[in-house]
Amino acid sequence: MRTLSYAQAIREAHAQLLAEDPRVFLIGQGVRNPWYAGTSLQDLDKEFGAHRVIDSPVSENATTGTAIGAAITGMRPIVFHPRMDFMLLAMDPIMNQAANWSYLFAGRVSVPVVIRAVINRGGEQGAQHSQALQALFAHVPGLKVVMPATPYDAKGLLVAAVRDGNPVLYIDDRWLYDLQGEVPEGLYEVPIGAAVIRRSGRDVTLLATSYMASEASKAVEMLTQRGIDVELIDVRSVKPWDRNLVYSSVGKTGRLVIADAAWISGGTAAEIAASVAGEIFHALKAPIVRVCLPDAPAPTSAVLEQAYYIGAEAIVSAVEKVLVSSTRS
Amino acid sequence: MNLQDTHVTPLSHDQLMSLLWAMQRIRVAEERIGELVATREVRTPCHLSIGQEAIPVGVCTVLRQDDTVWGGHRSHGHYLAKGGDLRAMMAEIFGKVTGCARGRGGSMHLVDPAQGIFGTVPLVGATIPLAVGAGLSATLRGTDHVAVAFFGDGATDEGHFHESLNLAALYRLPVLFVCENNLYSTHLTLKDRRVKDNIVESAALHGLPGVVVDGNDVTAVYQAAQQAVDRARAGEGPTLLECRTYRWRGHVGPAADLEVGTDRRRELDDWQRRDPIAHCRGLLNAQGLSSEVFERLETEIRREIDEAVSFARQSPAPDESELLQYVYVRGEG
Ligand SMILES: Cc1ncc(C[n+]2csc(CCOP(=O)(O)OP(=O)(O)O)c2C)c(N)n1
Repeated sequence: MRTLSYAQAIREAHAQLLAEDPRVFLIGQGVRNPWYAGTSLQDLDKEFGAHRVIDSPVSENATTGTAIGAAITGMRPIVFHPRMDFMLLAMDPIMNQAANWSYLFAGRVSVPVVIRAVINRGGEQGAQHSQALQALFAHVPGLKVVMPATPYDAKGLLVAAVRDGNPVLYIDDRWLYDLQGEVPEGLYEVPIGAAVIRRSGRDVTLLATSYMASEASKAVEMLTQRGIDVELIDVRSVKPWDRNLVYSSVGKTGRLVIADAAWISGGTAAEIAASVAGEIFHALKAPIVRVCLPDAPAPTSAVLEQAYYIGAEAIVSAVEKVLVSSTRS
Repeated sequence: MNLQDTHVTPLSHDQLMSLLWAMQRIRVAEERIGELVATREVRTPCHLSIGQEAIPVGVCTVLRQDDTVWGGHRSHGHYLAKGGDLRAMMAEIFGKVTGCARGRGGSMHLVDPAQGIFGTVPLVGATIPLAVGAGLSATLRGTDHVAVAFFGDGATDEGHFHESLNLAALYRLPVLFVCENNLYSTHLTLKDRRVKDNIVESAALHGLPGVVVDGNDVTAVYQAAQQAVDRARAGEGPTLLECRTYRWRGHVGPAADLEVGTDRRRELDDWQRRDPIAHCRGLLNAQGLSSEVFERLETEIRREIDEAVSFARQSPAPDESELLQYVYVRGEG
């Protein structure tokens, strides 16, 4: 199969969706500019016209609300927020309106909108250009939240999100944009809510989100060399998340490490850890360990960034810690 | 209302000299920052305001130290014009512990409370309502402080611009809204974003005076700001100044972005002929400013900038142990 980068896979999904369905359109800041979107939207405006690929003013609140209104009335919009941080200006339309609409009106009206938000961390850009806010949105009933970690999933999850019929937050991470992987040519869906086992193993379940899934693969290589047999799960959807698959994996290994490059308190990792502890406590041989960002806004200085962001090494230590702290074998 | 109808005193030679000095200082500092970015010695994103110096300088010259200014991602000029510490700014851009935010902020987060700079942040338009809050706080505390919100034309696309104008007008708050209309918001021109080139009309809609000012004429900015500040201090409420200008460099970094979005070569040439610094020099030349005096001023400025850059270079990076400091303050903030 041919290989594409993560960013190219996203672009291909957009292009094919725009071609397939006249109800699909794209609106947001920087959709015709490589600064924000990388190659992930390259030249779509040229191919499909500026009326369907709308590069908007700096008006997050209005553009998101507009997309929601269009969705309610029969379109299939994708709203683009080039930094997740900017999307916070659109909290009312997302949380109060889109998330509630179907429930409020007993399903008589729905909001088939995709809200795409890019996590952009590092590069000495600081606290307001780096936030990974999946937990905030996963908290809200009525929203679905997906976080692809591979080019294959980047394409398939976008297709599934557009066809889902509900408001779906599609969160992609710039640190993954150059990642290469196999991507089928045609349109296909990766089901929302289904995690995937990237490597099966016996000793410990390592569950990761988005960019951390890619770091986790590196960690698994290092751990394998040390004779540790890791089962790696890429969760892919954080709302809803794949409880069955996670529970059965932890049921087998008895140990769980969760890696999510967002703040630790009240995060996605906390939610999964609480569920596992609450539902299958008897299966656990060791305390669950979370590998997350410390509870601080992102610093700018390169030295502090180095200390702040976590990767494969932190995952390796966490796995080792879980093995050491096991009470039962 | 047209503020320019009312009486203003012409500027003295000394006043013009200090305006020239302040503008040239911002220019040289930013050119240097641009070089440091080009050589990758500086990695944090730096948004340069070269070409726009007359606006912060014209406005801040009429402010007192205890007046506050609020800016965004392109705020080196606001910071320096208001009296922010140059060395601390350079060190911040270098991510050093001697920076104004101890290296946690970079170019987009400048702060110097002693000079009335309580923080600039990159989220577009974010500080406009904060300036309104500073105006409200001045009123409630019974002081005659004035708050100035600096923002770009792009920020007027955001809802909080409109909400803030209304609040400030409604409560007659001592706020100066200064829109630096440089015709661009990242890669998009004003035409891509508005049906009409009419930002100033927002003022009339919300019931406050609005004035269009030649943002490349420092005396025009100064005089408009003077009247608006006088009004604010007298309890007569806010003013919107739409200062027409142009940014010579691109959205971020030293490049000119000639090919991004639109082709702006011709436009840039036209605007460079309207250099605010050359304009001010022209006024002074007519009063007999010699080129030796200008060169001396330039040399002094370069020396100060060189010194600030070496200070920044030599300063230590923050220690990793600082990572979790300042997430909260201790006791009374
Ligand atoms: C809320 C928000 N949305 C989008 C951005 C991205 N962004 C940074 S600067 C900018 C353009 C702002 O244009 P303008 O206000 O005219 O200021 P200028 O850059 O021209 O000085 C944009 C869209 C942001 N920083 N914050």
